[in-house]
Amino acid sequence: MVTEIARQYLRQDKFPSIWCPGCGHGIILGAILRTVHKLGIDKNKVMMVSGIGCSGRTPGYVDFHTLHTTHGRALTFATGIKLVRPEMTVLVVMGDGDAAAIGGNHFIHAARRNIDITAIVYNNSIYGMTGGQVSPTTPTGMYATTAPYGMLEKPFDIVELALGAGASFVARGSSYHVPMLDGLIKKAILHKGFSVVDVITTCPINFGRRNKLSADGAKNLKYVESIVVPLSKYQKMPEEERVGKFPIGIFRQEEGLPELTEKYVQLENKLRGEE
Amino acid sequence: MAKRLFSGNEAIAQGAIEAGLNFFAGYPITPSSDIAEYISRELPKRGGRFIQMEDEIASAGAIIGASLAGAKAMTATSGPGLSLMQEHIGFAVMVEAPTVFVDVQRGGPSTGLPTFPSQGDLLITRWGTHGDHDLIVIYPNSVSECFYLTVKAFNLAEEYRTPVIILSDEIIGHMREIVELPETVEQVYRKTPDGPPEEYLPYEVKEGDVPPMAAYGSEYRYHTTGLAHDETGFPTHNPEKVKALIERIIRKITGNRDKIADVEIVYPEADYMIFALGSVSRSAREAIEELREKGVDIGLFRPRVLFPFPETQIRKISDRVKKIFVFEMNQGQIVHVVERVTDRRKIKWFGKSNGEIITPEEIEGVVMEDINGY
Repeated sequence: MVTEIARQYLRQDKFPSIWCPGCGHGIILGAILRTVHKLGIDKNKVMMVSGIGCSGRTPGYVDFHTLHTTHGRALTFATGIKLVRPEMTVLVVMGDGDAAAIGGNHFIHAARRNIDITAIVYNNSIYGMTGGQVSPTTPTGMYATTAPYGMLEKPFDIVELALGAGASFVARGSSYHVPMLDGLIKKAILHKGFSVVDVITTCPINFGRRNKLSADGAKNLKYVESIVVPLSKYQKMPEEERVGKFPIGIFRQEEGLPELTEKYVQLENKLRGEE
Repeated sequence: MAKRLFSGNEAIAQGAIEAGLNFFAGYPITPSSDIAEYISRELPKRGGRFIQMEDEIASAGAIIGASLAGAKAMTATSGPGLSLMQEHIGFAVMVEAPTVFVDVQRGGPSTGLPTFPSQGDLLITRWGTHGDHDLIVIYPNSVSECFYLTVKAFNLAEEYRTPVIILSDEIIGHMREIVELPETVEQVYRKTPDGPPEEYLPYEVKEGDVPPMAAYGSEYRYHTTGLAHDETGFPTHNPEKVKALIERIIRKITGNRDKIADVEIVYPEADYMIFALGSVSRSAREAIEELREKGVDIGLFRPRVLFPFPETQIRKISDRVKKIFVFEMNQGQIVHVVERVTDRRKIKWFGKSNGEIITPEEIEGVVMEDINGY
């Protein structure tokens, strides 16, 4: 099964990947590919768009239509593509800096518009590719090359951001809980509207090493396991136990809301009828 | 031929629609917003899509995405927005996405003079994005030209797979004139691949310098990146491959400089020449008639395509004329380009950037003073 998916969906001549040993990104990529396979979507009708950073390299490895854009702007390109090709399944992969710092404006507006795009955030709380600078999701007190005394600021919660901006499907998973992640991505793709999957993942080299987790991939995944909690359990936890924990699960799934490209089609039909 | 009363901005919008516009993304900014307003009203009637994005960066990203998905796409802005779009203009150059960017100039720098004219963006159009590149810049001087040159902008974008910038200014954008609309206009579409999809190399050039372009969603799956890439479309830092890419994307424009050139020359045999663009050329045109009545043999050299710069055409003129007067609504931009390709001793420059137009009387005065010393 793994070999079959690898053969069918990976551009094998592009390997080895640029990702460091132990990186969590490959786990997320695996979940995406298994899901596309399971859903049986025609590869010609899958569009994968990315921004800049380690996550940004994902499209280069997959045999879909792929677009590697500028830092933080993947959703803007994806919006243009989806409006022109509504029949395509548009997947946008972003890092936490991509989605919540430089691309924060695009992220909230894509959510507000409820355009049928699936946004998957590889959230490892660090700028990995540029050498480990602090990101808008770095937890307070954690270390980075530009937070040598610890992160002073409060981080963004990407799920809360997406909920507040009006995304109609919002979920969080982790690269430790792989079968669950497969399921979340599947639901996100099937959802008609803007869907966000925040994936808590690792950067052993640039986050792990600086934060006493070592550069070992497995140890970093165990750290992810230690900071995430199933949503149902989280909701029952007292306030003080919630500190530093990330609930995983589905936070919002509102089906049947008007989706942007469908509204365009309706408008065009209406205008044609009038003229 | 149907006659319509249009503003310059409306003529650009209508020209874009006639040229085959499928997709427009924009962000409000004076003095260009009426382009977006017109298109938001008219484009959906033709099955095209309009979207107002969250900023100019997003607008530029959206039109490039739409272009790669097979659409003819455009955005419109003014100076501050053009500054924001520069990274994506470079991206469009790099991935060779046919796109049209309209810049209705207002006073700058920064927020400047939102409702007053300027020609302060002449060089940012050509040199604003980082890295080595070339692109096409067009500058109409009448409402009618706004229509026809917008059609041309789309056709050049498709033919050369490049961003094309339509420069306008607050005067051209907001003045109204009659436009005679043709029944149909020539529509150029990008070449698409025709071989077996598994053999498709998105940046392989078999003839000329412009590779055929597949649309997302077709059976020609491919990768697009702003990183330096080889003919496969995938990143490379092989010096030979990078050299081939950068030289080709520049050569496809500069190598066709004379083919792309479009210059209006009035009184081509005149002793003196005025170089002027857009609204300034209209003042120049009036001044020229006045000056000729006073016995000054003077003509007009006006590029409709500003970049690639019409070097051949202006050299031919400068070899012969006694002097070229360059008028521009800024503190000296295009004059540097004119000087570079002509005999700079023959150049006389006059500029102004206070929000006021350069009047025919001013032009007359500058010319008379230079020629006669009064």
